[in-house]
Amino acid sequence: MTKRCGRAPALGATLLALGLLAAAACGPARTPTGGASTSQSSQGAQPTAGEARALTGAGATFPAVLYSKWFDEYDKAAGVQVNYQAIGSGGGIKSISDETVDFGASDAPLTDEQLKDAKGGALLHIPMTLGSVVVTYNLPGYNGSLKLTADTLAGIYLGEITRWNDPRLVADNAALAPVDKSIAVVHRSDGSGTTAIFTDYLSAVSPAWRQRVGTSTSVNWPVGLGGKGNEGVAGEVKQNDYSLGYVELIYALQNKLGVAQLKNRAGQFVEPSVASTTAAAAGVAETIPDDLRVSIVDAAGDDAYPIAGFTYQLVYQNMTDRAKAAALAKLLWWEIHEGQQYCADLGYAPLPAAIVQKAEAKIEAITGDGLPALGAS
Amino acid sequence: MAVGAGAAGAAVARRRLSAAAPGERRRRIVNAAATGLIAAAAALSSLVLVLILGYVAWQGLPALNLPFFTERPRPYGEVGGGVAPAILGTLIMLLVAALLSVPLGIGTAIYLAEFGRGAFARLVRLVVDLLAGLPSIVVGVFVWALLVRHVVGQYSGLAGAVALAIIMVPIMTRSVEEILRLVPDALRESALALGVPRWRTILGVVLPTARVGVITGVALSLARAGGETAPLLLTALGNQFFSFNLLGPMAALPVQIYTYAVSPYDDWHTKAWGSALILVLVVGCLSLAARAVTGRARW
Amino acid sequence: MTRNDPGLADSKDLAAVGSNSVESRAGGGGPGSGDRLAGGGGGAADRWFSAATVATAAGAVLTFAALVALLAAYAAPAMGRFGVGFLTTTTWDPVFERFGAAHLIYGTLVTSAVALLIATPLGVGAALFVAEYAPRWLGDPVSFVVELLAVVPSIIYGLWGFFVLAPAMRYTVEPALQRSAGQVPVLGALFAGPILGRDLLVGGVILAVMILPTVMAITREVFRAVPDTQREGMVALGATKWEVVRNAVLPYAQGGIAGAAGLGLARALGETMAVTMVVGNSSSAISASLFTPGYTMASAIANQFTEADKEIYFSAIVEVALALLLVSTLVNLLARVLVWRFVRSVGVDVAV
Repeated sequence: MTKRCGRAPALGATLLALGLLAAAACGPARTPTGGASTSQSSQGAQPTAGEARALTGAGATFPAVLYSKWFDEYDKAAGVQVNYQAIGSGGGIKSISDETVDFGASDAPLTDEQLKDAKGGALLHIPMTLGSVVVTYNLPGYNGSLKLTADTLAGIYLGEITRWNDPRLVADNAALAPVDKSIAVVHRSDGSGTTAIFTDYLSAVSPAWRQRVGTSTSVNWPVGLGGKGNEGVAGEVKQNDYSLGYVELIYALQNKLGVAQLKNRAGQFVEPSVASTTAAAAGVAETIPDDLRVSIVDAAGDDAYPIAGFTYQLVYQNMTDRAKAAALAKLLWWEIHEGQQYCADLGYAPLPAAIVQKAEAKIEAITGDGLPALGAS
Repeated sequence: MAVGAGAAGAAVARRRLSAAAPGERRRRIVNAAATGLIAAAAALSSLVLVLILGYVAWQGLPALNLPFFTERPRPYGEVGGGVAPAILGTLIMLLVAALLSVPLGIGTAIYLAEFGRGAFARLVRLVVDLLAGLPSIVVGVFVWALLVRHVVGQYSGLAGAVALAIIMVPIMTRSVEEILRLVPDALRESALALGVPRWRTILGVVLPTARVGVITGVALSLARAGGETAPLLLTALGNQFFSFNLLGPMAALPVQIYTYAVSPYDDWHTKAWGSALILVLVVGCLSLAARAVTGRARW
Repeated sequence: MTRNDPGLADSKDLAAVGSNSVESRAGGGGPGSGDRLAGGGGGAADRWFSAATVATAAGAVLTFAALVALLAAYAAPAMGRFGVGFLTTTTWDPVFERFGAAHLIYGTLVTSAVALLIATPLGVGAALFVAEYAPRWLGDPVSFVVELLAVVPSIIYGLWGFFVLAPAMRYTVEPALQRSAGQVPVLGALFAGPILGRDLLVGGVILAVMILPTVMAITREVFRAVPDTQREGMVALGATKWEVVRNAVLPYAQGGIAGAAGLGLARALGETMAVTMVVGNSSSAISASLFTPGYTMASAIANQFTEADKEIYFSAIVEVALALLLVSTLVNLLARVLVWRFVRSVGVDVAV
């Protein structure tokens, strides 16, 4: 093998040259690249003058499937490359708070204390879409959909229900009676907005949970393994038989994992879907606070799915870099309008019209170096 | 007595066993058992590497096609695309890290080999050893606090390169210092005797004589840095687009492997194995070449 | 790590005959360092050059100092708030802002202990094979192959551990352990509980694979350094091969073996990626069972650093990093002292 490799420096130089050639062949940042299956012609739109060409965002994995589709399309539509890294809502909050990214993404709205700590001043929550946190599971040979109630779900995650054939589970799912296996519980190992929504729900419906564990992006889990990101949890559930975890709907669907029906406040077992997620947000426009931070778990209504939530992008209201502000404002506008057409196919619910209006007002308030960012070129 | 008693010894022992006295028989049995265990340890240890590398090759080869090397990733869940930005990012960061660490590493090595005396030199040598043993995640934390949080103000390829440079310097220093010490004094003194100033002696006589060893040191530290993941998670973040911008986030192959591996998508898993295969090949070649040159392993 | 320079005797005369600007000579042999070779006509340039190298060396020292200082500064709030209790409490609760790293330390210790327990016998055995038993044509390739393990990046171990080792442990090895050793009264507690395939044991095993080459290579050098007189004495007395090894080589090499294990331990402490993919990443309370999912200090930092969104949470993570730095530095130093003492006792160079 030594002979084949030859001299180290020659090898290094060759690799470097190959790498640079490859990069050159694929083109630098400006032209749309990648994706062999794109049907559009390769000359995409160019960003307008005075607008930044590249933006960086980091945060939630909950909407990451949608965002990765969005930014792939936005590159073709506007010629601006939005680099989004899904490191978890906690990471998104910390990154935007430390100003190490241009925008953050989080399903969990910031607490008042976190808002105070944000180093760039006033931080805006712009809602992007609605999603549902589903309980996903891997039960070999199980037909049909698992039915869970608030009590059984809390019991599993509190470590009180440890086996699949526990009487409380069998009461709603007769087919579980012969499954004498322990439940491999999976949760998030990173700071997660999905966790925030999930624990928000458990705190709302289980006093024991509220007291022992509480609501946050990162909690002290009584039991279970940690997976990194929604992808990590889905990956763990997929790999391990008899496991159970919570993820955003699309992760369970894309990986053909089982999705549980949950009993909502009205007493109905509801399946997570775009329809039931939209139902959970019915009427929220009336009660939503001015800063758009709201929780919609355990919603009323027969068809409402009980664990649903908005996901937000976090941007500073007053930015110093005019080009970046302009690009960001334009991106946000596109996301709440043109971007919404991609939601339903991926299992996310589009924003209700009233919410879009409120979001528009927020975007219009963004300034770059003192001037309104939207419409600036 | 021959060291390689091994198989021949065992055969002889077996023949002698039947003719031995009881105490001696026991000793010979114990000897045979010990030999067996020791050979088994060696066999198992050798087998592990073969297993791992073989598996990486088996899983990774299907992933290697042209789009893999030239395209950027597709959105979540869509099949196709490639890891080209990560390959490019790794190469760029390694290049910058080398540019940063080679002067520092060789400079420190020259100091230790040529000038160093007394307490300060002992301190330097100690610190180099300590730096070599640092957990790389701790280096990541340091560079994040220094560059990401403050100086540059965002996740950046530069921060990633600096983290890699910090990891590379001690490896390079140790290798190069050793090589420099091997250069015979006669060479130095001949040059000095001819009136060549000290600094030119070192740069023009000693270093060139040791050049192969120096390159080896650089290659070894590159091999080590190329495989680092943890510090890059905290500094370079990642990027699904091609980027030459050192002041912005940059993709890296080891980080891409990690992200893809823990995901639920089969296509991404295959790509993770493919990336692992490339990484092993490059790192392996660098290390093997370095090892062949110096004749012993260094890490 | 010094080498004897064979050319030195000649070069001293050469230097004396040559330039008169050769300054004070260091006493005794010793290879080419020291200011006794200073000189030549480039006075100012020489000083600049020497200053430049001193600067780079100082840079290394400064970097290390800055690292420790920066970590200490960020960790200070947590150190102030939690004090020594940080090392002894196991609650890691970002919601109620109670942080104790005891389970992280426990996880680190357990995985490292498992790694050492597996890698040391294997590594010493393989080293014995190469140094004492095998002929060159067999020993060299074996040695080479095991050392190649050190070259493989840790993420690849993580990948292999995640897809190959963990399922094998989950479906084959761990159930077998539970059925056998798990039934033994006291020992059984180590193998109790549900088997999830992501636990401290799997973390320990993957670490063992990663530190095996370190342990083997250094131990091999240690064995090679044991003088033949020891062996020859035993052989002359009619000892079997194993008796020679056991009574002449091993006792002599004890310190060196301990040092090798120590260096392996130092490497195990710092491993992040491979461990984090198989260890379970769970902050559950400390339990005796090796089958519980756990956390090590390094993997906790990797998972939670980028998202510790509260000041005190972040400070707690950095405090963990500081603790990790201190522990691995101490182990490193200790191991080097052990090897160095062995080297001195034997009087031959052992490359470390």
